[in-house]
Amino acid sequence: MDVKHIPIRNVDETELTRISREGLLSLNLSEMRAIQRYFVQQGREPTDVEIETIAQTWSEHCVHKTFKSRIEYTENGGTVQIIDGLFNSFIRRATEEIDKEWCVSVFVDNAGIVKFDDDYNIAFKVETHNHPSAIEPYGGAGTGIGGVIRDCLGTGLGAKPILNTDVFCFGPLDLAHNQLPTGSLHPRRVFKGVVAGVRDYGNRMGIPTANGAILFDSRFTGNPLVFCGNVGLIPKNRCEKIVYPGDLILAVGGRTGRDGIHGATFSSLELDDTSESLGSVVQIGNPIMEKKIVDVLMEARDRGLYRSITDCGAGGFSSAVGEMGKDIGAEVQLENVRLKYEGLAPWEIWLSEAQERMVLALPPEHLAAMMELCEAEFVEATVLGKFTDSEKLRVSYGGTLAAELDMPFLHEGLPTPTKTAVWEMPRFPEPSDDTVVTGENGVSGASNVPDFTQDLCAILGSPNVASKEWVIRQYDHEVQGGVVLKPLVGVENDGPSDACIVIPVLGSQKGVIVSNGINPKYSDIDPYHSAAAAIDEALRNLIAVGGKLESTALLDNFSWGNPDKPDRLGGLVRAAKACYDIATAYGTPFISGKDSLYNEYRDTTTGKQLAIPSTLLISACCVIPDVTKAITMDAKSPGNLVYVVGKTYRELGASHYYDIHGFVGNSVPIVRPDEGKPSMSAVSRAVEERLINSCHDCSEGGIGVAAAEMAFSGGFGMELSLAHAPRDVEVTTDDVLLFSESNSRFIVEVSCENRAAFEERIKGVPCGCIGRIIEQEDFVINGIDGDTVVETQIRHLKKAWQNTFREGG
Amino acid sequence: MGAKVLVLRTAGTNCDYETEYAFQLAGAETALIHINQLIDGRASLNEYHILALPGGFSYGDDVAAGILMANEIKHKLGDLLQDFVDSGKLIIGICNGFQVLVRAGLLPGLNSQSAQEATLALNNSAKFECRWVYLETQQSPCVFTHGLEQRIYLPIAHAEGRFTGPGQILDEIESNRQVVFRYAAPDGKPPLYPDNPNGSDLQIAGICDPTGRIFGMMPHPERFLTRLNHPRWTREHLPEKGDGFDIFHNAVVFVRQNFS
Repeated sequence: MDVKHIPIRNVDETELTRISREGLLSLNLSEMRAIQRYFVQQGREPTDVEIETIAQTWSEHCVHKTFKSRIEYTENGGTVQIIDGLFNSFIRRATEEIDKEWCVSVFVDNAGIVKFDDDYNIAFKVETHNHPSAIEPYGGAGTGIGGVIRDCLGTGLGAKPILNTDVFCFGPLDLAHNQLPTGSLHPRRVFKGVVAGVRDYGNRMGIPTANGAILFDSRFTGNPLVFCGNVGLIPKNRCEKIVYPGDLILAVGGRTGRDGIHGATFSSLELDDTSESLGSVVQIGNPIMEKKIVDVLMEARDRGLYRSITDCGAGGFSSAVGEMGKDIGAEVQLENVRLKYEGLAPWEIWLSEAQERMVLALPPEHLAAMMELCEAEFVEATVLGKFTDSEKLRVSYGGTLAAELDMPFLHEGLPTPTKTAVWEMPRFPEPSDDTVVTGENGVSGASNVPDFTQDLCAILGSPNVASKEWVIRQYDHEVQGGVVLKPLVGVENDGPSDACIVIPVLGSQKGVIVSNGINPKYSDIDPYHSAAAAIDEALRNLIAVGGKLESTALLDNFSWGNPDKPDRLGGLVRAAKACYDIATAYGTPFISGKDSLYNEYRDTTTGKQLAIPSTLLISACCVIPDVTKAITMDAKSPGNLVYVVGKTYRELGASHYYDIHGFVGNSVPIVRPDEGKPSMSAVSRAVEERLINSCHDCSEGGIGVAAAEMAFSGGFGMELSLAHAPRDVEVTTDDVLLFSESNSRFIVEVSCENRAAFEERIKGVPCGCIGRIIEQEDFVINGIDGDTVVETQIRHLKKAWQNTFREGG
Repeated sequence: MGAKVLVLRTAGTNCDYETEYAFQLAGAETALIHINQLIDGRASLNEYHILALPGGFSYGDDVAAGILMANEIKHKLGDLLQDFVDSGKLIIGICNGFQVLVRAGLLPGLNSQSAQEATLALNNSAKFECRWVYLETQQSPCVFTHGLEQRIYLPIAHAEGRFTGPGQILDEIESNRQVVFRYAAPDGKPPLYPDNPNGSDLQIAGICDPTGRIFGMMPHPERFLTRLNHPRWTREHLPEKGDGFDIFHNAVVFVRQNFS
């Protein structure tokens, strides 16, 4: 197999486009022309290795060009606004303005780093692995988790993985087979494959998987979303990396094969029924190999054997070496790479995304010690070349020069054209009050008073809300011995915890809280409010167990449709704006993030283009100094009082209540940080002072669902009266008060002894005592006018909540 | 003399950190040693009093859980281990470590040829599960469970934990009182799934060899050392010490009494 030259200097635009498309390069015309110009200047034709290197380095996946590009944005037909990069204008700017001293490293390394204690910091990264999981759910999801673990391992000089998080979005599991877009896998198969993939990789690595979410929407059918997160623990003096000319380039771990070639550029293509035949775009994972690497690297790190490290992810060696040598230069002899089997072309070796490989910059004097360490544990390590001061990336293969690219061109030569974004506020049919409450579940037979018991059960059993215990139990959430707040809580260990807490250093009482927020349904109405709600929800989840805004960091993961389409990009602009507005209002900085764009599926039979719902996952982490002050969401004792903190607005747009009645509506929940921040701070203080026995985030399904979950998780009934719940003047009916998904609200349990202290603590925040916990199984809610609107027993509620996925759905 | 514990690891071992911590908390000195170090002689087993095989997925549990590591132990460390056992020292295998001990023929240890006598088969639920279970402590010669509470609570996390074997072997284990722990229902009735989380014969969760010095169990005592490990610590009044602690402490006390 030899290096080939690709003539591009004297070809026309049609040919440039063809080269990009047929080579799966995902480069647009202006990028191809920039490459053409460069090689005209060089006076030679590029090699296949060079073209491929540039395509990987310039891929959306590696360089995030959409988030960096200039955007001309029009909102609701108004004047054009110029946005100089979404990332700089909204995400980075928020972090800079919030300016927290505990942010150690943000946006520069493979993961964000925040302070933990006197000895350690915490690294956190969340990644997506959407396209691979669509084609091969088990392998795609497994390598998704494997990849994000290597991100933390490749942060600073390496963080020890201590926690995994997983958030999945699938098509409906009961989708009729004739509704399946041509060539896509059935959601049930994707669901089971993804869960098994994450389970087998995470469990084998010995990392607890203790936080996550699973959502369903028909538009995720062809293009599911798989978000994998990893939290790592890293010594304070191991957070910085540097590469010197003369350092050896050492590849550690798995061998290189033809798997995962073009993964980086593949992620910039829309999917259809031909995607599967694109070759070996999905990688093959081997968690035990990765575990061996972690074992060896942690020791090498502590002995100070290497100076820099990065993971070999998208783009393989081409990205890893190119990135590490960016400011100096590097030369690589490809024949040194250990292969799984013979027959790979040089560019394939260079690009392969074969898993479980790390690249290190090693001072030559440490080579012997490093090799001895690796050999002792049967981990392969190979010197590929060295870093130089040439400012060039030189790659050779068996003596033949395969690539010689100027580092500045490779890393800064990417043209950033202006993109167009348009946002038009959609308008959905608005149900009249009658249509909703007289729906088939809505009216009780005898009286005129509506009975919402069946609605409540229907929402509890809806796939997005229903218990995911079947999945959660397949993940080891106890390994490493430090998960002190588990994903399932309550009297029977099966209630839905708002967040998890892990103690990374055993024997200490200092922990890390991890939570998430996500609500793609809201983005159908407005991605701004969807993004705002995702942040609010992640924060609520964290506050509900004992977190504090002042020490909370956020991660943003955007999964969007094709950003070359102005409407998709318009929604992305809306969401990014919300990130800035809400994060700055709450004072919670972003420390890391990632975007996965081009999430669309084309049904080649119907010609229909299916874009996913625009989805922003917000992950949050917060250091909690004393985990013994943490609380859980399960009701604790009969006689205790139940409060609603935060005001309910008439906000049923895109709610579960509308959804079960077939509506979307328009009144999407809005985040009001001027109300939310005092509420969250008051709840935090009350938890810290041990005035609260249980607290639950009030989100999907509103007060009704949150109270029901607390009751059945604790094994006690409740007697509640909506009349005392704080509400906006526009809230006049019981269904709105029960099911509105207004942000920044909590349901809180307080003992009678603490009543006065709690009420003093919460003063100034909208808060009302809506009833009490009772010994009996009865769950009764009276409406605003005193009529009973929900009357059932907790076992019925729990059954409704648990039945949906009892046997895996 | 202080108890010295060798925590043995290999590719795929992943409960080493908390197992070391458990022994340290119980007053022991620990060393985390890779199996290759024992095989090539860079580390010496006879310096230690307790050999601990922690949980994980040794070699990915390829072929069957624990079998590859069991073969390494049998064929590469057989004599070393025999000397260790013969000198009255202790071995504990937790989860994957238990699987290794059973597949290496060290448990239940009824014959002298290290032949495998029983097995830990795929759970009846056919999948990996992580959940807390009640265990009934049995009257047994096991050194590790001496004086333990009648009923304890620990988490399991495994896919291959169903203890089974030929009827004759099971009978012998029973008559030798080698059953150390049985899964139990909270109400004291015979445990059905998920109280018996894997469908083990005779509800077996842990066994020892006839001497009581080699011990293996599927549940994870190292994951319940303080009340904060308990899934309901936010709602129940619990002692500071977790149910798993005494298992490690007993071993440390045994060493103090027998090797000073």
